[in-house]
Amino acid sequence: MHFKARAGQKLADVLLQENLGKAKSKFVGMRAKAIVEVDDFEATREAGKVLRNRALDDLDLWLEQFEQQATRRGANVLWARDGTEICRLVIDIARRHGVKKVTKSKSMLSEEAGLNLALEAAGIQPVETDLGEYILQINDNEPPSHIIAPVFHKSKEEVSALFARTHQRPALTDIQALTREAREVLRPHFLSADMGISGGNFLVAETGSVALVTNEGNGRMVTTLPKVHVVITGVEKVIPTLEDLATLMRLLPRSATGQSISNYFSLLTGVKKPEESDGPEHLYFILVDNGRADMVGGEFAEMLRCIRCGACMNHCPVYQTVGGHAYGWVYPGPMGSILTPLFTGLENAIDLPQAATLCNQCGVVCPVKIPLPDLLRRLREKQMERRLRPLKEILALKIWAWVARHPGLYALGTRIAVRYLKWLAHDGVRNDRIRILGMATEWTRGRDFPAPEGRTFRELYAARKGQA
Amino acid sequence: MRVGLFVTCLVDMMRPRIGFAALKLLEAAGCEVVVPTGQTCCGQPAYNSGDRESARALAIKLLEEFESCEYVVAPSGSCAGMIRTHYADLAGESEALARRMAALSSRTYELTDFLVNVAKFDKVPGDYQGSITYHDSCSGLRELGVKTQPRALLAQMPGVALHEMEGAEECCGFGGAFSVKFGELSAAIAEKKCDCIRATGSDAIVGGDLGCLLNIEGKLRRMGDDETQVLHVAEVLAGDAKGAR
Repeated sequence: MHFKARAGQKLADVLLQENLGKAKSKFVGMRAKAIVEVDDFEATREAGKVLRNRALDDLDLWLEQFEQQATRRGANVLWARDGTEICRLVIDIARRHGVKKVTKSKSMLSEEAGLNLALEAAGIQPVETDLGEYILQINDNEPPSHIIAPVFHKSKEEVSALFARTHQRPALTDIQALTREAREVLRPHFLSADMGISGGNFLVAETGSVALVTNEGNGRMVTTLPKVHVVITGVEKVIPTLEDLATLMRLLPRSATGQSISNYFSLLTGVKKPEESDGPEHLYFILVDNGRADMVGGEFAEMLRCIRCGACMNHCPVYQTVGGHAYGWVYPGPMGSILTPLFTGLENAIDLPQAATLCNQCGVVCPVKIPLPDLLRRLREKQMERRLRPLKEILALKIWAWVARHPGLYALGTRIAVRYLKWLAHDGVRNDRIRILGMATEWTRGRDFPAPEGRTFRELYAARKGQA
Repeated sequence: MRVGLFVTCLVDMMRPRIGFAALKLLEAAGCEVVVPTGQTCCGQPAYNSGDRESARALAIKLLEEFESCEYVVAPSGSCAGMIRTHYADLAGESEALARRMAALSSRTYELTDFLVNVAKFDKVPGDYQGSITYHDSCSGLRELGVKTQPRALLAQMPGVALHEMEGAEECCGFGGAFSVKFGELSAAIAEKKCDCIRATGSDAIVGGDLGCLLNIEGKLRRMGDDETQVLHVAEVLAGDAKGAR
């Protein structure tokens, strides 16, 4: 099913529409307030762009340095080409350490890999501990609809009903009480898990560290309580220095949730030392390509700067109207409409690059200044080159463009068209609108088509010139 | 000042009166206005659909028609934005063409931006009796920085009361071909815009881009709102719009 069909379902989903309406302005308003705290947020965005570019320009070198530094501190750095390799590596690690249960904090890479299903199939129990991800897991492994707020699409009432059903307890309505209930259910899992899996917001090359930005504290428990910690993240997440991290941390929480700083910020380096009381005995990094390496140095390389804040989707009129599931894969919104075709194949996401008004509400809020509309347009060009758009659409475009290059013909065509449209608009009562437009029924499905005046500017102008 | 008026294909077909209002305003600002008769479209529909070849051909056509003008002015932030911010991208390998495109781009303006910042226009000829709310079109706002210019001009009209709507800078859902590729979705976004417009209780919604205005008008009428006027800022400034009061 393509985006358009899914979007249609989402538009017809009354409950979802209500939930999206309530959630819409929250992140937008909070970001707007938070960016004012930084003396010059625009200059910080520029700095973020520059430093991400510097990291990506020599990605191989920084990754090598990261590997050396992390290894020196007792970690194992592994490389995965795709989702299948992620799953294989994680299951190997789990088997090596006799792991029966895994606690997870949020990781979009594990979504790319479909890791939970693979773990279950291998007889290992994955337990999502991010509240949103936990809700989705107990709801029959529903996919997240937002990269930082996985249950963006759900109401408190839906969660309440789900908890009551799953936990066999009376339904609660208060969010704090619901959270307490989740905490009670999750606590034994934290204490009994043999392995923790997390994502990584940034990898710092000079120290071999992973930076984690979370709000619930579950990340701390997942990464420090079990004896094994596995970090899964994309190769593009590496940055050279802690100084770079400081700059990006001025951008990330503000752009994502409108927070000056997230509730928890962890910088994890190496395995537990003999004199330390907690931390994992075994630390693994799985650094993933899954389509990223092909983007390096190419025409979509700017997308690799992305720090996964979600601001583009929060500010997107399309995302706000249909939610994240309409996009069909792991990443929704403008960044998803670019990443999905690049990661899964242009021909597998034919609607996504088109599903944008190019309003650039995303581009102006992106903390690392990715020109998202330009990249969407470039994907449209690729679709054209590969003839991936419907023939009817390509032909219409070519014919129109050819006529527009021939002013005499264009003048004649438009004279006829406006008269025809004006005639169509007469319905006996009014003549200012067309209710159903045969040549563009898509337009009139949800709105009228205002009638033209009935003469073109060029005719009227010529007439006026003639009189003068 | 010799100004080339780029009427835009939508105004040419749908609302010639906006073209004449723009002409009147430019002349009132003391410009010598030329209207190249062979003009058609800036190429944006092709460019945004991924048809770079057609977009380039149309860009070269427009360049040749308007290059002799001191300025190019369009009653549209979207078309002016296309010329100003994207033509350079269409020049391709040819350095000579790139130079000509860059020269044209730097002389191209959206109407209200030109009137305020180049012509320093302070004698708005028309008046309008009524309350309005202003929709900031995406390209004008985010590509060209058109925000205060139309408001500064409207403020010169004593009969106009401006009531800002919530989310004035948010997209109306038009998006060119998007509006016919994803009609239902486009109209759903337009509905939110129309709700914000109606919440201000204004007599008219005014904007600087006909694409957005047709989208908004079509949605308002479908929602059963026959009262709210939908006007281009040029019509209001020129005094061509009949006031609500």
